[in-house]
Amino acid sequence: MSDTHFVRNQMVEEQDPPAATTGVAGWLRENLFSSVSNSILTLLSLAFVYWLLAQALPWIVSPTWHAESLTECREIIAELGYGGACWGIIRERWLQFMFGFYPAELYWRVVLDFLLLAVALAPVLFTNLPRKMLYFSAIYPFLMPWLLWGGTIWNPIVVALGFVIGFYAQRLLKPSIGELAATIAAFVLPIIWWLFVAGPVADALASVLPLSIQAVESRNFGGYMLSITIGVVAIALSLPIGILLALGRQSDLLIVRSLSVGFIEFIRGVPLITLLFVASTLLNIFMPPGTDFDIILRVIIMVTLFASAYMAEVIRGGLAALPRGQYEAADALGLDFWMAQRLIIMPQALKISIPGIVSTFIGVFKDTTLVSIIGLLDPLGLSRAILADSAWNGIVWEIYGFIAVMFFIFCFSMSRYSMYLERKLQTGHR
Amino acid sequence: MSELTAERTVDRSQMQVSDEVAIQITHMNKWYGSFHVLRDINLTVYRGERIVIAGPSGSGKSTLIRCINRLEEHQAGEIVVDGTELSSDLKNIDKIRSEVGMVFQHFNLFPHLTILENCTLAPIWVRKVPRKEAVETAMHFLEKVKIPEQANKYPGQLSGGQQQRVAIARSLCMKPRIMLFDEPTSALDPEMIKEVLDTMVELAEEGMTMLCVTHEMGFARQVANRVIFMDQGQIVEQNEPEAFFNNPQHERTKLFLSQILGH
Repeated sequence: MSDTHFVRNQMVEEQDPPAATTGVAGWLRENLFSSVSNSILTLLSLAFVYWLLAQALPWIVSPTWHAESLTECREIIAELGYGGACWGIIRERWLQFMFGFYPAELYWRVVLDFLLLAVALAPVLFTNLPRKMLYFSAIYPFLMPWLLWGGTIWNPIVVALGFVIGFYAQRLLKPSIGELAATIAAFVLPIIWWLFVAGPVADALASVLPLSIQAVESRNFGGYMLSITIGVVAIALSLPIGILLALGRQSDLLIVRSLSVGFIEFIRGVPLITLLFVASTLLNIFMPPGTDFDIILRVIIMVTLFASAYMAEVIRGGLAALPRGQYEAADALGLDFWMAQRLIIMPQALKISIPGIVSTFIGVFKDTTLVSIIGLLDPLGLSRAILADSAWNGIVWEIYGFIAVMFFIFCFSMSRYSMYLERKLQTGHR
Repeated sequence: MSELTAERTVDRSQMQVSDEVAIQITHMNKWYGSFHVLRDINLTVYRGERIVIAGPSGSGKSTLIRCINRLEEHQAGEIVVDGTELSSDLKNIDKIRSEVGMVFQHFNLFPHLTILENCTLAPIWVRKVPRKEAVETAMHFLEKVKIPEQANKYPGQLSGGQQQRVAIARSLCMKPRIMLFDEPTSALDPEMIKEVLDTMVELAEEGMTMLCVTHEMGFARQVANRVIFMDQGQIVEQNEPEAFFNNPQHERTKLFLSQILGH
């Protein structure tokens, strides 16, 4: 039985893998030609891709950018003997697709607004930028509507004051009336301010010191500018509201929990389009006569509520995936509820939920096209008017293709960003 | 029996038990629904004591120490920690939690933060210590548990034993007066148990008040000044380690010791 005895007297050195499994050749072999059936599939797929491109490319590269009408397009194509798409309509109408009926001399305000949006978003999206930029990100939500709608500067300022009131209510009242009561006050006081005090104060300030830019009415908004405005605001607001709802749903306080569950289940149980109809028609019935409650604002509120309900459920999934030990460790170290949420629980729960959160974002952005049904002129709403233009009668693919490509660019960037974020936040095994 | 700390002699010079009461538990009861998990617990812990709590699984040992910092709520009786009574008053709970450190079976490090951030988080946010000072304290304790070079790694990159030592350092950064250990070595590979126990022995040598739920009887024998044996939610027997291991009185204790020391 000497076979059972073995002692290694020389350890095996580390060696390079076989050459056939590395480099380009290795990659091709492994991924495309690893077996006979795999090779056949690879060749068939290549043939299919070639056929697809051969059909689509000539149509896409059609040199019809300068055509003034569909007839002219057809002449160009007949002359050249190839091509298919009639891009003249995009050249003619692209400004409308971007800005709707926004006054042309004020386009710069929209452009500036979205450039500033990029500046405000950058430090939020990329943490290696200077943290001081976040101050601008905090101001931007109040600057954005002012630049778009114009009017007196006091409106955004009194709205911002509401948040300041809420912050200090929590801070100053906590020692005297306790954490819970202070938190409730931090929600209720700003609402009272916005509903009853803010308007008169803004009017008073405006009459003392009239600082304003030319106002633009909501019915002139349209195109991608409208989609982006609704989408960005709903996305930005739905995340914090969703977090609060998700926490509310887990709360020990019966009333907070019931309200959260009721809200989430109700909103999720109703199609967005019905909520939009409520926003466009029903709300007017309940408002006191003569109130001018902006239609875009109403739509934004509805889309935000809708997105928040979905967001809450996505985040609840992230919360549920966290081990209980994380809560216990935070408790054992003496962190209070909000600190634990902010420093320990949410960073991890949100990280787990990134794919779901971004899916919801993308969904919200695409759902903004539904506003065309209640008569707002988003790209889809505009397309109907353009289709009816006699010079371009009969054109369909080019317009819808253009709209689709624009939406794809936005949604695909969001998707790529979420993948980047997931990779960046990867910190080894949990 | 594993003599995991046998290679070094435990220095008992600093291990002095004072008359000052650190924890006073009187007639404490706890139920999970209708299940009576802790029954009439009476326990006085003096400052500087090292108490090991042993017992079969489900005997309520973990629940007992988790009641001390209110990770579990007791329904009857009284727990006074450092002169502060545990009630539903949130202020008292926060006060006690910042004075009592806890080490968990599964470490419960924060995986999204580096080792250093794990250690400085609570001092900065709870104790309001300036960041620079918190970092210095954290590095001091990381050196003490012998892993200062890992400070900028994430918990997922460390071995189990290293993670548990970080967890101990993280608790120490709050400068606690009492340390609770909830089966700190149960989730570790045998080779890593020793490094964690060594850290705990060092802590004991410095006179820390410690309550340990553990199955490491070698540790109990060498470091503890009192061993408490629990079964069915009650304290069945408590004694000094020598007497506890050599001359158990209660039938259940004898059975337990014969089971775990028998092989």
